[in-house]
Formats: sequence, C-alpha cells, structure tokens
Amino acid sequence: MVLAMHMSDGLVNPPTALVFGVIAVLGLAIAATRARSDLDDRTAPMAGLVTAFVFAVQMINFPILPGASGHLLGGALVAILVGPWVGSMCIAIVLVVQSILFADGGLTALGTNITNMALVGVFTGYGVAVALRRFAARSRGGLVATAFVAALVNTVVAALAFVVEYAIGGAGGASLGTVFALMVGFHVLIGIGEGVITAATVGAVASVRPDLVHLLRRAGTAPGIRSRTAGGTTS
Amino acid sequence: MNAPSRSATRFYVGFLIVALIIAGGLSYFASSAPDGLDSVTLTGCTLDEDGEPVEGTCIAQNAEDHALGEGPFADYSIGGDEGTVGAAGIVGVLVTLVVAGGLFWVLRRRDRQPRDPQRRDLQ
Repeated sequence: MVLAMHMSDGLVNPPTALVFGVIAVLGLAIAATRARSDLDDRTAPMAGLVTAFVFAVQMINFPILPGASGHLLGGALVAILVGPWVGSMCIAIVLVVQSILFADGGLTALGTNITNMALVGVFTGYGVAVALRRFAARSRGGLVATAFVAALVNTVVAALAFVVEYAIGGAGGASLGTVFALMVGFHVLIGIGEGVITAATVGAVASVRPDLVHLLRRAGTAPGIRSRTAGGTTS
Repeated sequence: MNAPSRSATRFYVGFLIVALIIAGGLSYFASSAPDGLDSVTLTGCTLDEDGEPVEGTCIAQNAEDHALGEGPFADYSIGGDEGTVGAAGIVGVLVTLVVAGGLFWVLRRRDRQPRDPQRRDLQ
C-alpha cells in the first residue's frame, strides 16, 4: 500500500517551487505574528491537539469513486476551531511532519503544498465561515451546516490553487483544461467528505466545549468569554 | 475562567485519545486508492501493480522520488513494514502534538493571568 497524499517534487518546475516556497514562508511568518493574540493558556493546548487530530484524520483516505480516494485537508476545520492564523500554522506543521518524517509530500513541494492547504484552504474556509457566522451562532444546526459548506468550498479552492501552480510552471503531461476539470471534479466529491468530517468534528467540540470554538467566541455567543481590553497593547 | 480546569484537561485527553484511535486503528481501513491529486496526475498513464506509471503520458511521470524516502517512518510504516501503519500513525500524532503544542505554548500570550488578581488590576 502506498500512502501518498500531497504533491511530490517535480510536478512544477524549480522557479515555481521557489516562488511558492517564498509565499509560504512569508504567509506563515505573518500567521505566526498574528497567531499570538489567539493563543493563551487555554487555546494553546487546544491548537496543539487540533493539529495532531488533523494529522490523524488525514491518514484516513475515504473512497470517492472506483479507484480514487480523498482525505481531509482540514482548512475550514482548523479555521473554525482555532482561527485562521493559528490554523494555517496547524496545517503547515502537519505538512512538514508528513514530508520530513513520513516522506509524504516532496521537500521542494512544501511551498506549494503549504500555500494550497495551509494558506489558501484555511483562509477560504475561514472566509466562508465568517460570512455565515450569524447563521452559525444561531443554533447547533447552523454551526454544523456552516462547517460543512466552509469545508466543501475550502477543498475545491485549494484544488484550484494547484491548477494555478500547474498553469504557472507545471512540468507537463496533461493539458491545463484537463487538469482543471479533473481537479474540480474530484475535489467536489472529496469536499463532501471533508464537509461531513468537519461538520461532525466541529459539532462534537461545540457540544462539549463551545468556548473552544473560535468562530463562536468571536461571535460573542459562547459562555465564558472575557471581554477584550480596550486599548491594550499586544506585543 | 468559568470552566474548571479539570474539565478542560478531561476534554484535551479525550481529544488526544480520539486522534490516537483514528491514526492507530482506523488507519488500517483507509482506502489505498490514489487520492484526488494523484488520480489527476496519473490520468493518461497505465499503472503497474505498485501503482507506478509505466505507459502513456501523465503529470506523475515528472514526480521525483522523495529525498527522505528511505527514512525510518517513510510511507507511514516502521521500516517499510506494511502492517505497521497504526504504529506509524501513533508516532505521527505524538510528534505532531509535541511540535505544534510546544510551538503554540511558546507563542501564547502571557499578559493576562486569570488567577492573579494583581495582574487584573493592571488592565
């Protein structure tokens, strides 16, 4: 059995790999700066556990078509639970551990993989979730539905990011139109699975500890919220 | 903090156990078919029994072997043994937890200590 889930080295040319490597590093540097305000004694352990959980669930490839499978990317999941800045770091850590320890996802492909899943996927999922936040804050059903939609969209848009990279510097072997059509087609199906897993996970966390759901915290609906101090300097 | 810390610890331990069960047990039932991306990069090629492209034209023919492909946990196994995906998964969950948890713990804000009333007065 070959378990490989992310882009290998060589699928895009070296300049393209380098450009997306720089984008990934810059994006993560900004995320690390902004993540601090979302991390405290309570949310830091949660973020560590969410990262480990994403690693675990990414191992579970589920069938989508005969001879084809999909797995969680986790963008909307982490964005909803721990916020987009911490969340993009979560996914990046998973990708780095997978690449270095498990030889899954090429080392020079880390830039494209991080860009697609940790930056594009997370922020797309977060954008959709924030757009639906009023609906999500209203009821458990609303939250679960929001998680499903955000996850479905994050999967398809992350797949489109690969298409963009292939258009810029793809190594060749298939036409851009074919790559676009197949990537979208497969990832709509994978996105349904991603949506189900994300909805189930967010729903489960919200039923036990709604105060640990970042999206609800910002909406001001979860219990145990400390008001933000006005004029406080964060450094 | 309204929530007692004991309930928080319980929740965290429960969350970790779920992750360990998924990586250590459920991983044996994962589909071994190529994922969405691999299905696309393999389109146009016929595959041998190891799933490697042999004939035709496809994107995956440009894929290079992983530089760390001979590592001790490569391909989610221990030393290449196929039956060890669960153990490799448990290693991965724990390594990920230590790396991420450690980094987030170092990065966390320390300007507000809920149990220290003097610090609250400063706000």
